[in-house]
Amino acid sequence: MGKTLLKKVWDLHAVRALPTGQTQLFIGLHLIHEVTTPQAFDMLRARGVGVAFPDRTFATTDHIIPTLDQARPFQDALAEEMLSALERNCAEYDIPFWNLDSERQGIVHVIGPELGLTQPGMTVACGDSHTSTHGALGAVAFGIGTSQVRDVLASQSLAFDPLKVRRIAVNGELARGVFAKDVVLEIIHRLGVKGGVGYAYEYGGTALDRMSIEERLTVCNMSIEGGARIGYVNPDETTFDYLRGRPFSPSGDAFDRAVSWWRSVASDADADYDDVVEIAASEIEPRVTWGINPGQSVGVSGRIPSTGAAGADGAVAEALDFMGLTEGAPIRGTKIDVAFVGSCTNSRLSDLREAARVAKGQRVAPHVKALVVPGSRAVLAAAEQEGLHQVFLDAGFEWRAAGCSMCLAMNPDKLDGQQVCASSSNRNFKGRQGSPTGRTLLMSPAMVAAAALAGEVTDVRDVLG
Amino acid sequence: MSTCVDRLEGPGLPLRGDNIDTDRIIPARFLKAVTFDGLGDHVFEDDREALADHPFSNPAYQQAHVLFTNDNFGSGSSREHAPQALKRWGISACVGESFSEIFRGNSLAIGLPCVTVSHEDIERLMSVVEATPSARFTLVLSDRTLTVDGTSVSVGIEDSVRDAFLTGTWDATGMLLDDFDVVRGVASRVPYIRGF
Ligand code: SF4
Repeated sequence: MGKTLLKKVWDLHAVRALPTGQTQLFIGLHLIHEVTTPQAFDMLRARGVGVAFPDRTFATTDHIIPTLDQARPFQDALAEEMLSALERNCAEYDIPFWNLDSERQGIVHVIGPELGLTQPGMTVACGDSHTSTHGALGAVAFGIGTSQVRDVLASQSLAFDPLKVRRIAVNGELARGVFAKDVVLEIIHRLGVKGGVGYAYEYGGTALDRMSIEERLTVCNMSIEGGARIGYVNPDETTFDYLRGRPFSPSGDAFDRAVSWWRSVASDADADYDDVVEIAASEIEPRVTWGINPGQSVGVSGRIPSTGAAGADGAVAEALDFMGLTEGAPIRGTKIDVAFVGSCTNSRLSDLREAARVAKGQRVAPHVKALVVPGSRAVLAAAEQEGLHQVFLDAGFEWRAAGCSMCLAMNPDKLDGQQVCASSSNRNFKGRQGSPTGRTLLMSPAMVAAAALAGEVTDVRDVLG
Repeated sequence: MSTCVDRLEGPGLPLRGDNIDTDRIIPARFLKAVTFDGLGDHVFEDDREALADHPFSNPAYQQAHVLFTNDNFGSGSSREHAPQALKRWGISACVGESFSEIFRGNSLAIGLPCVTVSHEDIERLMSVVEATPSARFTLVLSDRTLTVDGTSVSVGIEDSVRDAFLTGTWDATGMLLDDFDVVRGVASRVPYIRGF
């Protein structure tokens, strides 16, 4: 019986069996940002422990930074204090930090792959649940809490319990107007928001094989929304092509040696899975969430569920009450106030291209505030090079500096009151976008752009003609 | 080494609902701080604002130590602020139908046990608290039991996690640094660190 990628990477990184029965796992790449680390560094200081491998940790800033006026000190004194703490900590412990003045700054899960830091066969940890994103390159990547950030800083390792592996095979062709975002929303809808607890998700099948790395990043990003702490795609030619020539990728002969090792960490053809799920790509429609968790979504031609329908429980009523939506009504036509293209799910160049394709030559509806926020400085520069920013500006979208922005609103970009936001981000939890009563509809970037123009949820397939 | 955690005692607090996410436990705006101090005051702040008789606001439960929850509690973000806020509010153990993985791991790392019970048991336990908020619960990890009024139910907790609480290695730093040469050994054999 063959082995899965997870098993191979696990065995390679296992330091030892701990007295508790957990495994001490070596962490190959540690990424940090301003929100979940200040307490970790303070704990290190309090214990008189240093950073074990400062060259395996890399820092950026993304969550709290304004996307409009980035002059220091920030107007928000708390945000300023957090960024200053990261600056001090990185300086004190010699950790490379791509701050606001760096061309490499951006959302942590956008820059890791983009810089070639994330590679197949690595273990990647970061104090952020969407670390699952990095699995798109065939890494074993997972989010951790602040005490675990402390542990990685101190020991470059973590205490970890083993996970099962579920292979999710999406086979066939995606229809026009259906994107990676719709695939992962469908998966979470089918398997549930806690379906992945205890599992790593291995995504495969012909639809995944055909996807670009950027599309795979979108799928892996939302693994955690399905309860799976880890999601990955086996490395293949697409992965190797993507990594060639990136700043932290191996170069010259080392690249060829790397490719043959990367090939060897992919799951064996006869690997043993704990569970297998198959999904036909042709059944997937553009999707929109109607509720307060990412599993509560429906195809754009579908209807908002009824509280009395089979399988509906109190959760449907609670969600509809919060969202102010009418049960049984079509989701299409739901009025929106704000449109947000951005976040570590969908803020890469290909996402912006898809949104721009929809927006080109059109106008944002007068009552809608629309924002495009690239995931990194590099994405921003590449988009401007292609003139995408002009397409957005001409259509009435705002074009902002790179950061997390309205995905979680720990910065000035927030919903107001009960505003409804069409968002390309990953969470529609109550209060997620900064207003306790704000409402979020998750969808693909192209669908967000289409909603911005129409002023309501609309089917991007009609717009694309 | 941190303290050993075995026996926890006190009144309960019933928090009904599945999939209660960490954005609800502690809204993101309270993460804008460089310490965990003061988080206890903001536990479920927006939910409490929206619901006047939210269990965390209910005077009857202000002495609670044991939090009772339903399915998939703590889903969403990896913010350790969520268990930190609960602990600072006064919670010293969580008993639920199931927990998200990261939340459970974060709770372990700060010495806050999360144990599971069946749907039927959680219903019964919540009813006990609602009927008698002063009822005292005793959780004994070594026995895997939760006792109230002389009746015990068995609770679920992985062996490794239980051992970590019982031996005081839930704060893992010391244990991870115990044999640092082995860590260096792994670093030197990993192809991407050796330069392929
Ligand atoms: S974009 Fe959103 S989900 Fe991604 S790291 Fe930032 S806040 Fe988290």
